This record gives sequence, C-alpha cells and structure tokens, in this order.
Amino acid sequence: MRAARPWFPAIAFVALAVALAFLVIPVVAVFTNTGPGELVSALGEHGAREALWLSLRTSLAAVAVIVLVGTPAAYLLANRAFRGRALVLTLIELPLVMPPAAAGIALLAAFGPNGILGGAIHDAGIELVFETAGVIVALVFVAAPFYLRAGVAAFAALDASSLEASRTLGAGPGRTFLRVAIPEASGGLAAGLALAWGRALGEFGATLMFAGSFPGVTRTASLEIFATFNTPNGFTAALALSGVLVAVSGALLLTVKLVSGERALEGRGI
Amino acid sequence: VRRTSLSAGAAIAISALAPTGCGSDSQATLTVSAAASLQSAFTDYADHFGAAEVRQSFAASDQLAAQIRQGARPDVFASADTALPDQLHHAGLTGRPRTFAGNRLVIAVPTGSEKVRSLADVERPGTAVVVGEPAVPVGAYTRQVLGRLPAAKRRAIVANIRSQEPDTTSVLAKVAEGAADAAFVYATDVEAAGGGVRAIRLPASLQPTVAYGVAVVRGLEHPGLARRFVAGLIHGAGERALRRAGFLPPP
Repeated sequence: MRAARPWFPAIAFVALAVALAFLVIPVVAVFTNTGPGELVSALGEHGAREALWLSLRTSLAAVAVIVLVGTPAAYLLANRAFRGRALVLTLIELPLVMPPAAAGIALLAAFGPNGILGGAIHDAGIELVFETAGVIVALVFVAAPFYLRAGVAAFAALDASSLEASRTLGAGPGRTFLRVAIPEASGGLAAGLALAWGRALGEFGATLMFAGSFPGVTRTASLEIFATFNTPNGFTAALALSGVLVAVSGALLLTVKLVSGERALEGRGI
Repeated sequence: VRRTSLSAGAAIAISALAPTGCGSDSQATLTVSAAASLQSAFTDYADHFGAAEVRQSFAASDQLAAQIRQGARPDVFASADTALPDQLHHAGLTGRPRTFAGNRLVIAVPTGSEKVRSLADVERPGTAVVVGEPAVPVGAYTRQVLGRLPAAKRRAIVANIRSQEPDTTSVLAKVAEGAADAAFVYATDVEAAGGGVRAIRLPASLQPTVAYGVAVVRGLEHPGLARRFVAGLIHGAGERALRRAGFLPPP
C-alpha cells in the first residue's frame, strides 16, 4: 500500500495528458492542417454558404419548437410527483443515447411515407421527407432531450418557498410559471438551450436518412461536409466548414459554462 | 506484485494490437475497399478466396478514394468507375488499374407502385426522383443519361430530383422505404435488394458504359496476395461471383 503512493499521481497525470492530447489534437488539426487563407476562401463557395444558412435556419426553428413545448413540459415533470414519472424521464432521455442511424430509421418508421403515422401526416397535407420541415423534425428529435433534461434539473432546483409565496400572493399557476419559475431557472434553461442547439447543428445521420440531401433544402452543413469530403480536392472545403461548426459549437459550450456557472456541472435533480 | 500485474496488462494490450501488425505467418488478412454496389458479389467472392482472410469495407467509390488520398492503405481498391482508380494511379498511390466488370443503369421503382412505368413517367411533375451525388460514380452515370436526353425532358427530370445521396445503397433505400417514386441505380442493386423494388430498363441509346476498375494499392506488405485477389476478379472465383450477382463482363 505504501509503495503505491509515489507512482499513482504520476500515472494519473499521464492519463490526463493522454486524454487531453487525444481530444484536443483533432480539434486543433481542423484549423492548422490547411492555411487560414484557403479555409476562408473555401467558405466563399456557394454550396458551403447555402449549407451553413440552412443549418442556421433549421437549428433555430428546432430550438424554438423545443423551448416552446419543452419548457412547460419540464416544469410539470420537475414539480409533480406521479406514478410513472421515472419512466417518463427515461423515455424523454432515450434519444440522447440512441445511435443517429437508429434515430433515422425510427423517424422513418414513425413519420415516413410507410410509417405508422405516415398516412395521417400525408392526409394532413404535410410533407416531411425531402423537405426542410423533415430536417427540423429530425433535429427536434435528437436535440430536445438535452433541453428537457436541463430544464427538469433547473426547475427541480428552484426554491419551493418562492413559488409558494407567488401563489399565496394571488398569482395563478401560469403567472407563477412565467414570472417566477422561468426567470429563476433561466441559467439552467439557457444551458440546456445551448446544448440542444449544439446537438442540432451537428446532426447528420437522422437528417440524411429521414429527410435526404438536397442543396438548399435538406443539405445542412454536416451533410455538406460529408458530400464535399468525397470530391477530389474537397478536403480543404470540408475542413473549412468543419472549422465553422467547431467554432460555433465551442462558443455554445462556452456560453453554457458562463451562464450556468458551476451549477451545470453539479448534475442535480435527475 | 503491482509492477508484475502492470507489465502483464501491457503485454495483454500489446498482444491485442498484434494481429494488425503481423499477418504474414499463419493466416494473412487482405483488406479490400470496394464500391457499395459490389457488396453482395465481393462478399460471395471472399468466401471462395482461400489464400487469405478478406476484410472488406464497402462505401461510395469516391469516399474510398478520398480515404486513400488521405493516407488510408487498403490492399485493393475496387471502384464503380475507372476514373477514380486512374486518378489514384496517376497520383502514384496504386499500381496500374484493370477493368474487371460492367453493369447497367436502371430506374428502380417500388414494387407495388404503378406511378412510374417508363422514363416518360419520371419526367412528369410531382414524381419524386432520387439520384447519387455528382461525385459518386452512380451519380455521374445518371448525369450521362440525363445529358443524352433532349433539353426539355432533361430539365423536367432534374426539376423532380428531391435528394442527391452519397452512395447507391442509400439511393435505392429511398425507393425501398417509399419516399421516392423512382431512382437511378445499378441493375445489380435491384437484384440484390430482393423484393420491394423492381427495375425499369433504360433505352439502349441512353445506357452509359458502366465499367468497374480495380487497383492494388502501393507500398504493401504482401502485394502478391492482392494481385491474386485482382486476378481472380478477371478469371476465376471472383469473376464467377460477379456473374452470379448479375454483373456484366468488362465493356
């Protein structure tokens, strides 16, 4: 036992160094493999800009849907004890760990032309496959759990007495939700929003399988990276687009750290 | 005691990595990067190739070529065209390519559907058409077909294209799942898919020359095995597997 002390810290230090190098080197390589001038000019390509613009629009639309529906849903889950609550929490987190290809197949099986709800969706005059709306559906499916999870944790951490005080002062449950709960949980909600947005920006497999890939309609930045990489001399263009996505994702992660401080790291609630 | 268990752990880790490093003694492993459309024929061939264990990866030919340009070193590269192996050969990455098979382009449609019965139906507004990316061979052949059509017909079909997929497998999947009404794929893809999709032949005047090229990648440990694998594609077990899967002799 005594002999263990001197060498263990050294091993742990080496392990951390290996982990850090392994995780950071590919990210750095995105920016240093090719000169900055070439990267910037590759972004001037029409296809690259079109894909980035589509990614921005679809991910923002997905995040808007997620926040509108997810906020009250997370509030309910955080404040009500009911039979099967643990099961509901597990179900809404399932897409988090689902492989993207499985998510694509699942969306097709549910909402695709031959899916269990495909006929009803078609009859309602809604087209998803090969349409931008289909991309948004895929993004909502994969990204919503990040927001719901963070939202439940943020609402569950609220001081119950301030919610009660609001109700005793005559505010209804809706007013309490909007005026007290949301402002007080805003840090955790913003962190969840940023994570969901980051996941939506990076979505690849489910989008390709469910919505297809067409420039300007369904080909998001991730799909454009894949399409460009395969072309001769396409590696630089793929690197440039990857650089933009890495930079935006990094900025989102930084936002999470700043708005939620250490709270996001503590993992309370669920 | 601790030191011993540590070095034992290191030994296990090293022996776990070993098979990729040494393969020449007992049973050699041949790695083959092949076009997605070759999957069923090459899987069949691998079972009959006695000289080595064959490890294959199937993907879009252009994607496999991009991997080789970025430093991946399979033993054999088999492409759904001859342009990509030629490019890699000129770049000094492979030996001289050989043409080993041919194929036909067809229109794949869902089995139950009557919506598309001929090329004329593909032009009709509202028909959902899926093609391959321009960079993947199946997409390039499709554009050759479209290029031979009169301008009005070509524009009508192009306007119906709803998705450009990364490889022929995912092009066909869009028809199989009912999302697309028609797709341009290889005749052998439809045969390999079994039910669910059927093929509509293209008029002979539109049919492009589909030729498959194969090359041995440079700088290998055992190029002899790779050359035997390639030789079998031209005369032997590989050739027979290709014919069983519906591939044509090289054009």
